[in-house]
Amino acid sequence: MTLSIRNLATVALFAALLLLPLYVQATGDRFLLTLFTRIVILALAAVSLNLILGFGGMMSFGHAAYLGIGGYAVGMLAHEGIVSGLIQWPVALAASALFALVIGALSLRTRGVYFIMITLAFAQMAYYVIAGIARYGGDDGLTIYKRSQFGALNLSNKVVFYYVCLALLMATVYLVWRLVNSRFGMVIRGARSNETRMRAIGFPTYRYKLVCFVIAGTLGGLAGALLANHNEFISPATMYWTRSGDLIVMVVLGGMGSAAGPVFGAVALLVLEEVLSGITEYWQIILGPLLLLIVLFARGGIDGLLAAARWPQRKKAPA
Amino acid sequence: MSALLQVDKLAKRFGGIVATDDLVFEVAEGELHAIIGPNGAGKTTLIAQLSGQLPADSGSIRFAGADVTRLPAWRRSHLGLARSFQITSLFLDLTVLDNVALAVQAHAGHSFHFWRDARAEAGLRRNARAALDEVGLSNRADARASLLSHGEHRLLELAMALAGKPRLLLLDEPMAGLGPDESARMVEMLGRLKRRYTILLVEHDMEAVFALADRITVLVYGRVIASGAPDVIRADAQVREAYLGEDEHV
Repeated sequence: MTLSIRNLATVALFAALLLLPLYVQATGDRFLLTLFTRIVILALAAVSLNLILGFGGMMSFGHAAYLGIGGYAVGMLAHEGIVSGLIQWPVALAASALFALVIGALSLRTRGVYFIMITLAFAQMAYYVIAGIARYGGDDGLTIYKRSQFGALNLSNKVVFYYVCLALLMATVYLVWRLVNSRFGMVIRGARSNETRMRAIGFPTYRYKLVCFVIAGTLGGLAGALLANHNEFISPATMYWTRSGDLIVMVVLGGMGSAAGPVFGAVALLVLEEVLSGITEYWQIILGPLLLLIVLFARGGIDGLLAAARWPQRKKAPA
Repeated sequence: MSALLQVDKLAKRFGGIVATDDLVFEVAEGELHAIIGPNGAGKTTLIAQLSGQLPADSGSIRFAGADVTRLPAWRRSHLGLARSFQITSLFLDLTVLDNVALAVQAHAGHSFHFWRDARAEAGLRRNARAALDEVGLSNRADARASLLSHGEHRLLELAMALAGKPRLLLLDEPMAGLGPDESARMVEMLGRLKRRYTILLVEHDMEAVFALADRITVLVYGRVIASGAPDVIRADAQVREAYLGEDEHV
């Protein structure tokens, strides 16, 4: 057995992410750590979105709502003087799960374009509701003066916080990987492939898809709690629909076929964004066509390219 | 023999078109019951109603003594009703074995198991392989379903229906699109499955139907115009008339 290029690339990516703080320590480039903390958090959100989008075929256009709900759970509680992470984070997860349960229960009764529109509509509704709550800053957002408190674990230390985010990302990738290969995962993939047949062979697909939707939403809420801590600020902009679009781009760019694919997508998109915006103000003019090329010529995204890549073969002796 | 399936005054309309018109018939335990009829007679609509994909407008369907008229497709599957599809309906991005293993899994308790690798579950794999063996497709177990030939797709359709160990097999034109050799093999296979399963067979291939069926029901415009043993049907004047101008199917 040789290591496939795809697996090697995945290991290399996570190794690089693990070693990043050492590089930052050596160079003193604090900005890099801030950038990659954000990348890791959004990668977690993208991995959770891929569970429903890539494996479940549920084209949700409202995933940023969970970033907002998870973030506001932390922000609102902090605003009310409750700073314990052991309260904030479970509330963030529970609120996201509940939101996913309600909108999932309604939107999973629709298909195709209607599903896209209804998830988008629900997410925008959440956006306007939160933007309208004056007590928590409304449109202007809410400053979080104290990061979530976890006893001895000091999240205000940027390196510690980075590693917490990275550990949660890796745990999420592992969880999703186990999930999609379990019985539950086979049902989800079968439902994406051919739902009529799934019902005909005896699966009540709706409830499995709903549970999958709730799991993805809960993990999205976790990313939201992290993001609010990272920015020490939360505003409705976090859950605006264009942010949902960004997450979809990460998933498509990275590849929907594997649990780790979206991590590649998040790193590639956000690093590109950073580099290109340093070159020109109109960086989207470069990024747009680049994404188009990926979608047109690499349907499986970065993960698809890696999966197709082969080690150079040693020449066989002539027969 | 008692009736395993009882259909009573079943009706389905699509706008002005009557697809199933107060249909009455029974399938006895253990028999191979064939349904024939010209194009547009409502055969596939009937299968869809029996298996639960299409709700009936009126009438009732009783299966194994229970009223299943209002049950969703997946519940009927659990009661032992399995269907195959006329237009191949598979999980094309999964392997052949995964396709059948899913059908086995559907009948092996609930699937809220989130951790264990489903492909490592010996029970699911063994039963799936047995179903593939039964249709002679074991050698293709690890191929992606999308890479199979049309004939192999038809066999996989059948294996998936068998995987749930059904009490009644609803086969919607298993011979559709097969060449003469493949057709002959499929007839032979159905001959072997006969007696072990109760089968409701919808088929255009008259030769196959008359070779296999214990009883034949003839459907025209959603109505039963004749029902009986193959010899009786062959001699029926009304049946001959219904097929006039449709000789390619006779």
